[in-house]
Amino acid sequence: MKPLLSVRGLSKRFGTRVACRDVDFDLWPGEVLGIVGESGSGKTTLLNCLAGRLTPETGSVTYNSAAYGTVDVHDLSEARRRLLSRTEWGFVNQDAREGLRMGVSAGANIGERLMAVGARHYGDIRRTASDWLDRVEIERGRLDDRPTTYSGGMRQRLQIARNLVSEPRLVFMDEPTGGLDVSVQARILDLLRSLVGSLHLSAVLVTHDLGVARLLTHRLMVMQGGAVVEDGLTDQVLDDPQHAYTQMLVASILPV
Amino acid sequence: MTENSAKDGAYNYAYLDEQTKRMIRRAILKAVAVPGYQVPFGGREMPLPYGWGTGGIQVTAAIIGRDDTLKVIDQGADDTTNAVSIRRFFARVAEVATTTRTEEATVIQTRHRVPETPLSEGQILVFQVPIPEPLRMLEPRETETRTLHALSEYGVMQVSLYESIARHGRISKAYNYPVMVNGRYIMSPSPIPKFDNPKLDRSPALQLYGAGREKRIYAVPPYTPVKSLDFDDHPFEIETWEQCCELCGSKESFLDEMIVDDDGKRLFVCSDSDYCERRRAPAEAAE
Repeated sequence: MKPLLSVRGLSKRFGTRVACRDVDFDLWPGEVLGIVGESGSGKTTLLNCLAGRLTPETGSVTYNSAAYGTVDVHDLSEARRRLLSRTEWGFVNQDAREGLRMGVSAGANIGERLMAVGARHYGDIRRTASDWLDRVEIERGRLDDRPTTYSGGMRQRLQIARNLVSEPRLVFMDEPTGGLDVSVQARILDLLRSLVGSLHLSAVLVTHDLGVARLLTHRLMVMQGGAVVEDGLTDQVLDDPQHAYTQMLVASILPV
Repeated sequence: MTENSAKDGAYNYAYLDEQTKRMIRRAILKAVAVPGYQVPFGGREMPLPYGWGTGGIQVTAAIIGRDDTLKVIDQGADDTTNAVSIRRFFARVAEVATTTRTEEATVIQTRHRVPETPLSEGQILVFQVPIPEPLRMLEPRETETRTLHALSEYGVMQVSLYESIARHGRISKAYNYPVMVNGRYIMSPSPIPKFDNPKLDRSPALQLYGAGREKRIYAVPPYTPVKSLDFDDHPFEIETWEQCCELCGSKESFLDEMIVDDDGKRLFVCSDSDYCERRRAPAEAAE
C-alpha cells in the first residue's frame, strides 16, 4: 500500500519568521491525522501548504491521485491542482463564510462542484443536493434558502456537504468546530466521524482542541514553533505524552 | 502616416490617429484568432460619454474605410439620437456612405440588438459592450475571473443559472444571456435580448465587440459555434409573444411594448425599425 499523502522536509517562512520547519509525515488511506498545537504554531500554514494554497520554500508534498497517479502537489500546473482540489480533495474552513457562497441557495452551494465537473441536469443536481442536506442533518425544506439564513452550526454542516458531494478521497479541515457552542460541536463531530467512516475518507484535521482530536483522529502530530515535537497514535500521545510541551498541553485540558 | 479627412481637415481620417487604429486592429486580430477571449486595448477618449458606445465607435473607426457603407442601430432603431449621432459622426470624419438597410451595410454598429434581416458574408457587426466580463457579477476580482477563463473553470456561471431556476422556476435572464463560444470561452453577448442569441451561432458575418470603459475587445469570427448555456432539463428558450407587430404584423420579430396613452393602452411594435418599415412598404405601395 502506498501512502495517500507524503510530506518530506517541508519548510515555510514568512520573511524571516519560520512558520513550519522540516515537517515529515505520511498519511495512509482511510486515516485521520490530527495536527494540534497552540495558536501560531504553524498548524494552518502547514495545512495550506499541503492543500497547495501556499507554496513552501523547501520540501515536497506528494499525493497519490486516483486520476493522475503519484504527483507532486507543488509541481502540478495550476489547472491540474485546482481540478484536484475540487474533485479528489475537500477543504473545510473554520469560518463557513469563507467556504460557502453566501449569496446563493444551499442547493447551489452543494451543486457547484457537480456543475464544475460538467453536471448539466438540474433535476439530478437538485436531488443530489437534497440527499446531501439529509446526510448532514439539515431539513430538505431548507434547500432553497441562502446560507445567510442558517445558524453557525448549519453553515458548517452545509460546508461539509458542499465539500463531500464530489466524494473526495482526502479532506483538509481547519478547526471545523472552532467557534461553535459545545452541543453543536458534538453533533458536528458525530457527523464527521460517521461520514469519515462510511465514505472511507482520509483527512488532515487541524485543531487546538484535544477533545476533538481524541474523538476524530487516529494519529496525532504535536506542533510547537513550526516544528513537529511529537507524533504517534492519538491515544498514545494523549495518555502518555513524552515531550514537555505535549505534557503541558495535555495537562492544560480543563477537567469537567 | 497621416491622412486627413477631406470634409474636416482638423481630424485624421476616421477621427483616431493611425497609431491608435493600428493598435486597435492588432487587438481585433488577436480577438478574432481566439474567439470569445477578451483582449485588452488602450482605449481612447472619444467625443461621447462612456456608456454611449465608446468601445463600439473605436472598433468601427479602426476598421472603416471610404468604400464602406455604415448602418448604426440603437435598440434596433435607426432613428434614435445615439444612432443618428454616430452615423453622422462617421459620415463626417470617415466620409462613408450610410444606410438604414441591413443588407446594404458592410459595417453595422449596434447597441442591444442584432438585426432581424439575416446577415451575410462580408458584413461586420460591431457591438457596443458595457460590461465585457460575463463572470463579473459572480466574481468581483479581475485577477480571479481571468484565471477562471484561462482554466475554463465555469462552474460558477452554471451556479448562477441553477440559482435562477431554484428561485423563479426557469432561467430568468432575458438579456446579456451568457454564451459559450467555440466550446472554449464563456462570453457576454452584450445586452442583446436572448431572442438574438441564436443569430450569433454560426453567423456568416464577423462579430466584433468593443467595451470602451473596460477597454476590452473580443470577437466571434464567421461560422463559429455560439451556444447559450442551459441545463439538459431546462433548455435555452427565446421569448415569444401572443401579439404581433401593430405596424407590420410580424410574428417573428422581437417586439417592444409601448404605452400609448394615459389610460395605459399598450401596443407592440417591432424593435427593428428597418425590418418593420420594409415589411410595410409593399402594403403601403399597394394602397
